[in-house]
Amino acid sequence: MANAVDLPRVGAVARFASAFAVPPDRAGGALTLVEMIPPGQINLRCDGHDPRAARAVGGVLQGLLPVNANTVQSAADVTVLWLGPDEWLILTAPGQEGAVMAQLREALTGLHAAVTDVTGNRALLRLSGPSARETLQKGCTLDLHPRGFRPGQCAQTVLARAGIILHQRDDAPTYDILPRRSFAEYVWLWLSDAMAEYNGRAISG
Amino acid sequence: MSNSHRTASGGRIDRTRSVTFTFNGKSYQGCAGDTLASALLANGVHLVARSFKYHRPRGILSAGSEEPSALIQLERGGHTEPNLRATQIELYEGLSAASQNAWPNVNFDVGAVNGLLSKIFVAGFYYKTFMHPQSLWMKLYEPLIRHAAGLGKAPKEPDPDRYDKMHVHCDVLVVGAGPAGLTAALAAARTGARVILADEQNELGGSLLTSGETVDGLPAASWIAKIEAELAACPEIRVLRRTTAAGYYDHNHLTLTERRTDHLPRGAAPHLSRQRLWNVRAKRVVLATGGHERPLVFADNDRPGIMLAGAVRTYVNRYGVTPGKRAVLLTNNDSAYAAALDMQAAGIAIAAIVDVRTAVNGPLAAKARAAGITVLENRAVVATEGGKRLTSVDVMPLAADGGGVVGMARTSIACDLLAMSGGWNPAVHLYSQSTGKLRYDEAAACFVPHKATQALHCAGTCNGRFALPDCLAEGVAAGTEAAREAGFTADAPLPVPRAEADAEEPLRPLWVVPSTQLVGRGSGKHFVDFQNDVTAADVLLASREGYQSVEHLKRYTTMGMGTDQGKTSNVNALAILAQSLSAPIPQVGTTTFRPPYTPVVFGALAGRDVGELADPARVTPMHRWHVENGAVFEDVGQWKRPWYFPRAGESMHDAVNRECRAVRNGVGVLDASTLGKIDIQGPDAAILLNRMYTNAWSKLDVGRCRYGVMCKEEGMVIDDGVTTRLGPNHFLMTTTTSNAAKVLDWLEEYLQTEWPDLRVHLTSVTEHWSTASIAGPKARDVVAALAPDLDLSADAFPFMAMKEAVVAGVPARIFRISFTGELSYEINVPAYHGLRLWTEIMKAGAPHGVTPYGTETMHVLRAEKGYIIVGQETDGTVTPQDLGMDWIVSKQKADFVGKRSFTRQDTSRADRKQLVGLLTQDPTMVLPEGAQITAQAGGTVPIPMLGYVTSSYWSETMGRSIALALIAGGSRMIGQTVHAPLADKNVACAVVKPVFYDPEGVRLHG
Amino acid sequence: MLLIHCPWCGPRDEIEFAYGGEAHRVRPADPSALSDAEWADFLFLRANPKGVHRERWVHAHGCRRWFNVERHTVTHEILRVYPPGAAAEPDAAVAEAQPPQASQQGVRS
Repeated sequence: MANAVDLPRVGAVARFASAFAVPPDRAGGALTLVEMIPPGQINLRCDGHDPRAARAVGGVLQGLLPVNANTVQSAADVTVLWLGPDEWLILTAPGQEGAVMAQLREALTGLHAAVTDVTGNRALLRLSGPSARETLQKGCTLDLHPRGFRPGQCAQTVLARAGIILHQRDDAPTYDILPRRSFAEYVWLWLSDAMAEYNGRAISG
Repeated sequence: MSNSHRTASGGRIDRTRSVTFTFNGKSYQGCAGDTLASALLANGVHLVARSFKYHRPRGILSAGSEEPSALIQLERGGHTEPNLRATQIELYEGLSAASQNAWPNVNFDVGAVNGLLSKIFVAGFYYKTFMHPQSLWMKLYEPLIRHAAGLGKAPKEPDPDRYDKMHVHCDVLVVGAGPAGLTAALAAARTGARVILADEQNELGGSLLTSGETVDGLPAASWIAKIEAELAACPEIRVLRRTTAAGYYDHNHLTLTERRTDHLPRGAAPHLSRQRLWNVRAKRVVLATGGHERPLVFADNDRPGIMLAGAVRTYVNRYGVTPGKRAVLLTNNDSAYAAALDMQAAGIAIAAIVDVRTAVNGPLAAKARAAGITVLENRAVVATEGGKRLTSVDVMPLAADGGGVVGMARTSIACDLLAMSGGWNPAVHLYSQSTGKLRYDEAAACFVPHKATQALHCAGTCNGRFALPDCLAEGVAAGTEAAREAGFTADAPLPVPRAEADAEEPLRPLWVVPSTQLVGRGSGKHFVDFQNDVTAADVLLASREGYQSVEHLKRYTTMGMGTDQGKTSNVNALAILAQSLSAPIPQVGTTTFRPPYTPVVFGALAGRDVGELADPARVTPMHRWHVENGAVFEDVGQWKRPWYFPRAGESMHDAVNRECRAVRNGVGVLDASTLGKIDIQGPDAAILLNRMYTNAWSKLDVGRCRYGVMCKEEGMVIDDGVTTRLGPNHFLMTTTTSNAAKVLDWLEEYLQTEWPDLRVHLTSVTEHWSTASIAGPKARDVVAALAPDLDLSADAFPFMAMKEAVVAGVPARIFRISFTGELSYEINVPAYHGLRLWTEIMKAGAPHGVTPYGTETMHVLRAEKGYIIVGQETDGTVTPQDLGMDWIVSKQKADFVGKRSFTRQDTSRADRKQLVGLLTQDPTMVLPEGAQITAQAGGTVPIPMLGYVTSSYWSETMGRSIALALIAGGSRMIGQTVHAPLADKNVACAVVKPVFYDPEGVRLHG
Repeated sequence: MLLIHCPWCGPRDEIEFAYGGEAHRVRPADPSALSDAEWADFLFLRANPKGVHRERWVHAHGCRRWFNVERHTVTHEILRVYPPGAAAEPDAAVAEAQPPQASQQGVRS
């Protein structure tokens, strides 16, 4: 499918403000919510404990393939999230997913594996700031306390009434929230409403 | 501040901050730190309510969440809230409150006539009095009862406040911040464990706020402040004040309701949620919930001015309020003596302590006597006087066994306050909700925790240990142990704080105070449940009538069924029942304790799941265009799908007819993005399809599509859709919109649990692809304009084939499949280009008059072709054969899900409901969907019903109405006439084959 | 609200899971060999014990994996979770479960 025009990709909450933020709070940091440009998304299914599969994937993904539950491994332009015992979500720079998929399929030839383009499947919302944890706790039953969920961890879970993938990036704390694309507007509305307590207001849009 | 009943000094109120409030329209002054109850008492107001059934004047009984009488309607308009306990309402500037259940007002209440009719309002009175004739129940009795008996009024406006929820986990949750809870929380928090301490009051301290006892050599207030500071210094403590633990559920899940702004003037903090519902998952729970004092049951024990002794002590010590000028105390235990001493110190004249015990010689009694207080032993209050306020009590000596009185002479003692104590109940409500078992403690005459079933500890009064030193010691032990069990120990364990307590003498249970008349005779009422107006006589009558199980007693008398759930009445009631049965109390047992501990407002339960957040609205990538172009939307599951696209001045009927004509004669386009899509990869993919679909898949060529039907094991259709072979080991399955997730789960269940040997991977790609379906005789022209390099000739790209191509600059998959019966292409592009695809189609299609159409047109067009919709033509009881789709059920395959059931007796019956078409004799008549079908018009009721209409539309294409129906034995009734009996007429219909348009399918293949 | 230990993702709230009914009901290899009565038994008849029940759950909002749970139907105590392929341990678990003790977060193993 060559010769496709490299068109700009449309986010999932484009109907709304492109970013939502609250001014610095008492803890000194702002609370922000933005939709990121949809990254390349690849669903990978294979037996991670099969050394041949691990070698094949590792060769393509710079050695990244987290086998510990609920963990994430990242390099400069690729992030790999553990989704299940034989399932991962690979995030690439926008537009790079095609090349990575081709390399993965090549490397995994002969093994029982599936490489699927799911770039359109989910939106990526980023919530960051001192009140980010409390904002999420209003609708998420996971233990998000630093003793229960740390940077480098991810989970498939539920936020309010939508299934999400949650990934904590740093101690700000910053969270990446990946709802299914059709739920993104709902999650956006829910989060911006939950943030209102921290003097949240839309800053553009 | 000039309150008639305020002490000169003392208490925890802020006398420098006056607060103005209104009660029943009259303005009063209170102090910051008051409750509504304490502020009313400070103003000498006792009469605050009328009782539920008899409309008797009622005052304030308690000082806490157990209050059964002082129920208040707070505020007006959207902010109004009924049935709040005045004892828990924190006073704020401008507060406005009113009495409930009184008309025209609480001082003169017409409903009080019920008191004169009390002989008919006995236990079970609804069942007895209003039984006959039954026809009058709905029209007369029920509205009358609703009007006369009742609580407050629900608001009529929407709730203007915000509510939210919080989900947290902790190592130790401590409920209650009295002496046991404070020490438990500190002992646990010092270990580094994550601790939550929740208390329903506005400040920590619990019973110490009332008793003012000395701990570690410090006055109570100083000690509480010291512990608070030490808690604050712990790394992982969260202290929740004004927070009630309402429910204790499975696996140590508790719900707490935090009142965040209720103590502020309404609207003062609009950015905050008014209340927050905390969902806590605790590794360990410490219940330090304290206890409730029991009233004593004697004649007319409900007059305003009759209060619990401990509550009077709270008003005196904590709020600086003297609820009376001259008081009598009535008790069966020592705790009232401490109250009497504090009352006297605050300036209340103590007329006497009336003690039902025969001889009282403990240290507390000695102190009372030393203070000059008269102690009347072996006596009881047998009657009270006073209308809207107590004026005097009658005292008589008791017989040796407590079962009667001696002589006929009564001593009348003038007083405006009677403080009573019938002993204390541990607050075991949460413990019992956790399904922990109780034990009856004979000495303390109360139920205490016995055997926990969840990971919890009880400490202090909640555990039946009433003395302060015991509470402190149990708190330390429980907090330390709970933390240890959660994996935490302290470097330096918390030493048990030092405190002293007077030794107490045993109490004397006296469940009903006797008099010269038997209970139930005469005019005196012995109230057990103050909120629901249940008397001792009611309990005894119910027992005589055979309601001898405590659960039956509860429901028959409504004892304990008020908003207070009988916190002050349950033990008294079951003890009276036990006495009447001559059974031991533990044998009678308690009723089941259920959440919530105190009422929870609906807003807190709803949280933020209201308005547009009540349920997710799922939208497609094209949604923005649909909105901007005036689409009317239909809910399909959580999806918002365009229903039709009306132009200016068009009705729905007009719009749908226009859209139908466009597709049949020109070209239309539908947003089909919501269809479920499952990517299936692996060497055994075709085997999986063979097992899950009723038809065969092995020989499908790459690049070709096939329609399939899926059944459950019992042979009933659950889904249908088109599946395409993308490669030798690679398929793309589509499902119906509403079943997308269900079908994926269904396939995974079989793969993982029944056939783990199959090498197949399933991935949902529903949302990766955005789909536009271009349909109509001119569809080819539009697609050709979008994808000029693609050979669209029927030979190169036949019906039921798939091609990959660049469409409008975007890599796409094009499926030549049809749900309209017309030439049709379904174009799939990644979702982030979905909106672009749609707008490009509108551009490229403009010269051909491309018309966007919605789900209604889709439904009409497919019905004209007789295509089923799962969930409309099926309801979980319909087989493929019932749908006339035998052709899709493989005879060759040895097995597939559902096959065995097709030879069951039930599925092979000839008279099963089968899909047919219906044509009304009057072609303009559109049958209602769901209309029943009968063989004859009219006849003797009940008329046998053959089936019902599943789909019915005006068909613009056919120029008449059409319908599909499921009819018993329908496939053999083609050509016959059946009837649809409607409310106003009977509609005759011809049974026809369920295909109305282009039965040969010529247009599909064009 | 139960706290269920997904064998792969760890402890999660009940809302993330879907219930799948009685476990260890194996689909007959050749349904056509069964009588109508035997097939009806497979389709419709399930155990409903007061006590330990072995049942299937799926971590629907998580890893989408099916697994088996031993749950006491009176106390909701979860005695064991194990993958679908693993055999039930007859009797041992049942004996263990009477009466249930307060165990950490209601879950053992």
